[in-house]
Amino acid sequence: MSPYEAILLTIITASTPLLLAAIGELVVERSGVLNLGIEGMMVMGAVCGFAAAHMTGSPWLGVLAATFAGIATALLFGLLTQTLMTNQVATGLSITLLGLGLSGLIGNSFVGLPGVKLTHVFIPWLSDLPYVGRLVFGQDPLVYISIVLTAGVAYGLNHTRAGLIIRAVGQNHHSAHALGYRVIAVRYACIAFGGATSGLAGAYLSLVYTPQWIENMTAGRGWIALALVVFSTWMPGRLAAGAYLFGGVWILGLYAQGMGVGIPSQLLSSLPYVATILALIIISTNRRLSVINTPASLGQGFVPDR
Amino acid sequence: MNKLLKGAAGIALVSALSISAIAADKLKVGFIYIGPPGDHGWTYQHDQGRLAVDAHFGDQVETVFVENVPEGPDAERTITRLARQGAGLIFTTSFGYMDPTLNVAAKFPDVKFEHATGYQRTDNVSTYGARFYEGRYVIGQIAAKTSKSGVAGYIGSFPIPEVVRGINAFLLGAQTVNPDFKLKVVWVNSWFDPGREADAAKVLISQGADIITQHTDSTAAVQVAEEQGVNAFGQASDMAAFAPNALLTSIIDNWADYYIARTQAVMDGSWVSTDTFGGMDANMVEMGPYINMPADVKAMAEATAAAIKAGELHPFAGPVYKQDGSLAAAEGEIVDLGSLLGMDWYVQGVDDQL
Repeated sequence: MSPYEAILLTIITASTPLLLAAIGELVVERSGVLNLGIEGMMVMGAVCGFAAAHMTGSPWLGVLAATFAGIATALLFGLLTQTLMTNQVATGLSITLLGLGLSGLIGNSFVGLPGVKLTHVFIPWLSDLPYVGRLVFGQDPLVYISIVLTAGVAYGLNHTRAGLIIRAVGQNHHSAHALGYRVIAVRYACIAFGGATSGLAGAYLSLVYTPQWIENMTAGRGWIALALVVFSTWMPGRLAAGAYLFGGVWILGLYAQGMGVGIPSQLLSSLPYVATILALIIISTNRRLSVINTPASLGQGFVPDR
Repeated sequence: MNKLLKGAAGIALVSALSISAIAADKLKVGFIYIGPPGDHGWTYQHDQGRLAVDAHFGDQVETVFVENVPEGPDAERTITRLARQGAGLIFTTSFGYMDPTLNVAAKFPDVKFEHATGYQRTDNVSTYGARFYEGRYVIGQIAAKTSKSGVAGYIGSFPIPEVVRGINAFLLGAQTVNPDFKLKVVWVNSWFDPGREADAAKVLISQGADIITQHTDSTAAVQVAEEQGVNAFGQASDMAAFAPNALLTSIIDNWADYYIARTQAVMDGSWVSTDTFGGMDANMVEMGPYINMPADVKAMAEATAAAIKAGELHPFAGPVYKQDGSLAAAEGEIVDLGSLLGMDWYVQGVDDQL
């Protein structure tokens, strides 16, 4: 494997959990709900995914368990904010705290156990192609899932009736309600989808990235995903670009350190944040597009007036 | 009615007194951990020390611990709580607990505090650390002897003296075997982020390093080495279970003897504030089993470790040259303790800038 392939592979590994968590949150926010609990859902996915894979020996059952753990955590958020009408910001933050604590409790007996790794796809002949073989045809399955999900969300939001309803609910929930759409039900579905992809992102950490369970192993990635959603102005294509840019600058920063260039490591560590913000600001200069895409009802609870 | 109340109060008072009398007989020893005891690294070894205290003193001592305490205000609150609950001796086991420990110690003059890897002491705050660099010197020699590419990758947490000292000792050891040995350093600016540690290991391997060593707390880097077929060393604890084919040896921190001795001192009333910086001679630093290496490399490593333990060999014995070419210690001298403790320079040959 040539160094450039190795770097690109590492970049994809670093970016995929961000993309997975962010693409779900994008749909949640497009429906007008702000869920700050990504970190909590992710870490629950990571621990349940690891536990299921470890106990059954099957990484795919781990992925499934992680998805359901993410959905369960998200539905708790949904119950609190949509049915019981609690404040979304405060509830999201407490979901993060709950997830970090509860995952530590669940994972207590799994700390330090060797993990089960989700193996990379290998297609005879295609995966052996020079230069592009490993990159295009030899990734782990979750990378392909993340790309398919992103494309699906991009198409679904803009070209399907369901996408139109989600956007309508996020733009003006009273109008959507008046038209006969079930605002709360739509939001529940979106929240569950966000939980599923956050759970997948967690599974990526504990089954692919570093196949083991370590408390707090998400290490703030949920917050980065959240920021990517806002800076992408809620557009899936930009979101994917932002996630890969972030991962790319981060890995290239490590690479530059290894090469011995004389840039302080602290500066290199902050570079992904700076680069992503700058890039997304530049592509967001089209004000009209940003305004159209910003969900006007974001973060507001919906109480049907009759 | 009034009498009854007084009687009840009297009974309550008596029982409260008897409880405190029992509590006074039994020394309570508290531990503050930066991570979970199951990290199989830094915190795990401190917890092994705590368990050794339990085993040694039995019913005379009660140990309590709080895990995952972030460095900062949370630490101060947690240490205060342990002191209020009647702990007579508290070990705070991370560098960043320095200010919280000193603040709480000022409020509880009767409680003894022990701060790991720190440098500020008061009448009731001791500091203790271990000469991990002695182990780094041994693994540096092993690395230079084993490596085919002649390049090792070093994953650093933060550029603080303790970590820089380890990097220098590693390279000084390696240079005794191969004067041209190269060392690439990557800082991840975190003690604990398994994902980043794994990324750093992958980057270093792609740049030609065939030996990975790390001064971070998780086992992620060792696992990457196993996966990619290069060699690695365990840090703080024996990590052979995570890389059965890749691991060469581990540097193991052993706090048990120290914790038992300090607990005994508090019980005897002989505890005084001190600074301890123990190495292989005090058994505070130990080498794990030497595995996955030829017999001659193993023999060399054992001989070096024995010489360090016996005091015949000092990793920072001169001549030691700094990165800029100036002399840090001449032939026959040893880099002085002050420079070791506050080390902010690389030795010649490190491929990185501080």
